[in-house]
This record gives sequence, C-alpha cells and structure tokens, in this order.
Amino acid sequence: MDLSAINPLLFVAGFLVAATPLIFAALGELVVEKSGVLNLGVEGMMIIGAICGFATAVETGSPLLGFAAAAVGGAALSLLFAFLTQITLANQVASGLALTLFGLGFSALLGQSYVGVKPPRLDEVNFGLLHDIPVLGPILFSHDIILYLGFAMVVAVWALLKFTRAGLILRAVGESHDAAHALGYKVVRIRTLAIMFGGACAGLGGAYISLIRVPQWTEGMTAGVGWIALALVVFASWKPWRLLLGAYLFGGITQLQLNLQGAGVAIPVEYLAMSPYIITILVLVVLSADKSAAPASLGRNFHASS
Amino acid sequence: MKLSTLLASAALALGLAGGAYADAHGKTKVGFVFVGPVGDGGWTYEHNQGRLALEEEFGDQVETVFVESVAEGPDSERVMTQMALDGADLIFTTSFGYMDPTINVAAKFPDVKFEHATGYKRADNVATYSARFYEGRAIQGHIAGKMTKSNIVGYIGSFPIPEVIRGINSAYIHAKKVNPDVEFKIIWAYTWFDPAKEADAAKVLIEQGADVVLQHTDSTAPQAAAQEAGNVVTFGQASDMAQYAPFPRVSSIIDDWAPYYIERTKAVMDGTWTSTDTWDGIGPGMVAIGEISDAVPADVKEEALALKASIADGSYHPFTGPLKKQDGSDFLAEGETADDGTLAGMNFYVEGITGDIPN
Repeated sequence: MDLSAINPLLFVAGFLVAATPLIFAALGELVVEKSGVLNLGVEGMMIIGAICGFATAVETGSPLLGFAAAAVGGAALSLLFAFLTQITLANQVASGLALTLFGLGFSALLGQSYVGVKPPRLDEVNFGLLHDIPVLGPILFSHDIILYLGFAMVVAVWALLKFTRAGLILRAVGESHDAAHALGYKVVRIRTLAIMFGGACAGLGGAYISLIRVPQWTEGMTAGVGWIALALVVFASWKPWRLLLGAYLFGGITQLQLNLQGAGVAIPVEYLAMSPYIITILVLVVLSADKSAAPASLGRNFHASS
Repeated sequence: MKLSTLLASAALALGLAGGAYADAHGKTKVGFVFVGPVGDGGWTYEHNQGRLALEEEFGDQVETVFVESVAEGPDSERVMTQMALDGADLIFTTSFGYMDPTINVAAKFPDVKFEHATGYKRADNVATYSARFYEGRAIQGHIAGKMTKSNIVGYIGSFPIPEVIRGINSAYIHAKKVNPDVEFKIIWAYTWFDPAKEADAAKVLIEQGADVVLQHTDSTAPQAAAQEAGNVVTFGQASDMAQYAPFPRVSSIIDDWAPYYIERTKAVMDGTWTSTDTWDGIGPGMVAIGEISDAVPADVKEEALALKASIADGSYHPFTGPLKKQDGSDFLAEGETADDGTLAGMNFYVEGITGDIPN
C-alpha cells in the first residue's frame, strides 16, 4: 500500500470533472420531472449531444461551438419526445425508452467518420493570480468554462424554482396540471419548454464526456450515465443542491476507489467498485427522510379535454 | 390518440413483416452476441469484422444477425433464446460472461450449434474458442519494461477472470525480465466497455506515475487519455487502434477471428460440425501483433520481433520456468512450461506482482 502515490489535488480536480456530465444530465431531468414529465430518454439525448458536440468541435475547431451544438442536438431530439408525449399523448415511459434506443443508434450512424479523431482542446479559464493559490488554485481554478457553467446552472435552477414566478408556474404544472390549466397556464407549452431544457442539458453532459473527459468519440460511450442521472434525480428528492451533492459523492467515490486500487490499498476491490453506488444512495436516502415527494403529476399525460 | 394508434399499428405491421421475412429457408443463419457496440474500436469491432468476412466469403449462402451491447448475465440468455427461435443455425457468444447462459440456452436447443469465446464449459452442441492473447502480452511486456522510465506500468483490468490474469502475468514476467525494477499498478474497472471509466482509470494510473498503460478493456478511451497526457506509452487491445499510432500506441494485439468463423460456418453447412476446444495464438494467426511504431527504439523493436518469431514457431513459451507464484510457492521448475489446463484456470499472480486478485 502506498497512499502517497495519490495526489489529493489531482484527485479532487479529477472528480469534479467526472461529476460534471452527471450534474448536467440530472439537472435537466430534474427540471423536466418538476414539470410533471418523466423522460427516460436521458441516455439517448446525452449520446446525441456527445456526437453533435464532437463533430461540430472537430469541424469548426471550436469546442465552445461544439457545446452549443450539443445543446441544440439534445434539445432537438427531446422535441421528438415532446411531440410524442405532449401532442400525441403517447406513454411517457415507452417514448423515453424509445428515445434512448433511437439516440444510441442514430449517434452511431452520425459518428462513423469521427472514430479515432482527436477533438480540439478546451482551454482552462484564465483566473490569473487565483490559479496560483496553493491547494485551492489547482482544485478550484484550473478547469474549463463548462465545468463552472454546470455549477452555475445548479444555482440558477435552484433559484428559479424557489424564488421566481416562472419556477412557481413550472412546479404548479408538475403538481397539478389541471389546476394550472384552469388558471390559464399553457401546460403543454410549459412542459415542452422544460423537455427542451432537459434535452439541452443532457446534450451538454454528453458533450462533456466526448470533448473533455475522454476525449474521443466511441459508439455508446455514455455507457449508462444517463440512467445514473435518472436515479440521482429521485434519490436527490428533486432538489438541486442534493443533486449536486449526490453527483459529487458519486464522482468522488468513483475516483477515490480507482485511486485506492492504484495505490494498492488492502480493501477488497469488489467492495471498492460497488461503493460509489451504495454510499451515494445511502446518503441521499438518509437526507430524504423529510418525506419530500415526487411532483404529483409526474408521468401523467395532460389533455385540455380531460 | 388516433395518431399514436396509427403509429403503433404501423410499427406492429412492420414487425410482423420483418418476422415473416426472417423465416427464409435454405440459408445458414449465423448469430452473434456482442458485449459492446460494434464501433468500440476494440474487441467487439474485431468480432464484427469476422462476421463481415463471413458474409463476404459465403455471400447468399449465409445470413448473419447480431445483437450488440448485450449485458453479461441473464439478459444475454433472452437474446440467445430469441436468436435460436428466429432460426439461427450457429450462434457465437463473444464474451466470457456469456458462459453459463450459453450452456443453458444450448440445452434447450439441441439442434442449434453454439460457440462460446474465452470460456471453458462445453456441451455436445457448445464449442469453445479463444486466442492466446498472453503470447501478445509477452511482447507488450517486453516493450513496456524497456520503455518505462518511471518503472511503473499501469494495467487496466476488466474482470478478474483467468484470461485477464494470464495477460497480466505474461506482461509482468517479460517486463521484469528486461527491467528488474519494474512495478505493475493494476486497476480493475469491472467493465468491458465504459469509455469514461476506462479513461478515468488510465488518468489515475498516469497521475500515480505510470508512463506505460496496458489495457484489457475494449474501448480506445485509455489511448485518448494517454495522448492527452503526452508522454505515456500504450498498446492497442484486441484491435490495432492504429488511429493512435505512432504514439501513444506503439504496438497492439489484434484478434483475427475471420478464418475461424469461416471454418466453423463451413462445418455447419457441411454437417461436420462437432464440439471442439480451439485455442490458437500467434503461430496460426489468430493473434496478430500490430506494427511496432518508430516510437520504439530500433533495438527494442528487433528484440520484440525476435520474441514474436520464437513464440510463433513454438520454440519459446511465454510461461517458462523457473517461475514462482505470488505467495512464493513454486509454479514452474527450470525449463518447464505451463500446460493449457493451468493456463486456462489461472487464478494467481506470479511472484513480484503486488495486490490481491479480487474474488
């Protein structure tokens, strides 16, 4: 065992990166579910974002344009889901699963000529002197702009849901779409916007994997992050701060167990490998003892005639 | 509501039409069950190349079907059953974790032939096949031992199964032989295919001082992580991964399944198929060594090629004594080589590797 082999600064910086795709995807889904829609297509929207972002970044040479394209791509795919569930009133679970299957297949088709290509690098934000602060500098001030955007969006979504009228309306639609409709709010329109926001976020999360975390394009490269994001939303009781905590816990423990393995710590590897799932779930379940419930209209279709 | 009903019935009609179409007779139908996507750039990619070669060889006489990204375990049983019900004559299941499901499904379909890759359980209608990847690992170990400056070689393991452990041992033995100070850091990813996780594992190994990273997972993500780091040597796994040559990827192990798939399909067509156990290496060509790039010093490259030649003609066996097990007990005496039974069930590290093998 050689714990000195683990560099704590690199470890923390590494887990912030590992958690970011999860934060984006889960945050988007949180907003969608707050509006009363269950979109199981997160994985599909992420992978579409991963390839749209990758392809655009490679073609234009600009990673930021890539991220923009990823958001557009994810949102565009989510429009398909919005059409199926909001206009044709198809079953949300089935439509979401179909979206994932479609996204995985379609991204493989789009990505055929991008296998083995190296994407342009997104530089770190220049914080000047802040970067030179011991310990904090390398951990907090040595990342790309998208990582900070993820954090900022958690704050923004939290503030929006808690303090603004728009947030109140979104929550009203999610709790009781009939009441919201009776008050004159356009339920379908609001939900469609929420679904598009969720798609854009998932797309950003996917692109973060293909442009920053790996960085390459491989078919099916999201490999289940979308499903973890879905679970995280539930375990975080639809609260943005808990979601952030859960994502950092999950990313942190995942990185920690890899580090411990590398350092040869004498804990059986099979326990290390399952620890991220177990600890994250435990912590969030304990936190959710305050009986926060799912949005009351979650997963129910709305039609003005009903 | 009407539109969705319409869509649903259209989908149903298509499904029925597809089902009827799939029932064509006269062709030999060959099914493949893949653990990752065919575009993984590694393991599954090469199996799929074998499938395509099969189609090219037999043209209209065969029909191939495949299902990709099938989870190891019970779900794979469902996929195999569906293939057998759809009229497959021969089914290749291409990952270790499909072993018991393959045996179970094969018992239910005695007329369908099954071939399981890298496993050790056989039945009258289940054959096994694998490649001696450890021969390639010996060459990688040699190059790794010569090229590491930090004397730390990182190794990304997938699952602690004999095939992977064999590879670690073989690489370690040959790295140690040329560099007595070499140390292996092993991380088990517990996945065959998860690019983000594989990249994370590679990054952690690099952060902990490794300047050579070997992988036994299927995607090219560790190659990308090494490229990002800039001064880390990697090897292509299962496929050439030439898009990362000449550096970081300096060589590779390439699995060539095409001749085997063609031979076995032919046997089914002729009615001569029997349950066999095939385990071929560099000599017969099932394992190929990808071009050693110019990033490797010329003398090291020459030694590696000589090692390859001696393994190919059988004059050298990568597991040749004297070798001890990790616990210090004797494994092979001077000049003794490991038999296939020992290799197939290998569940111990050789002396010098630190850490425990997970259960």
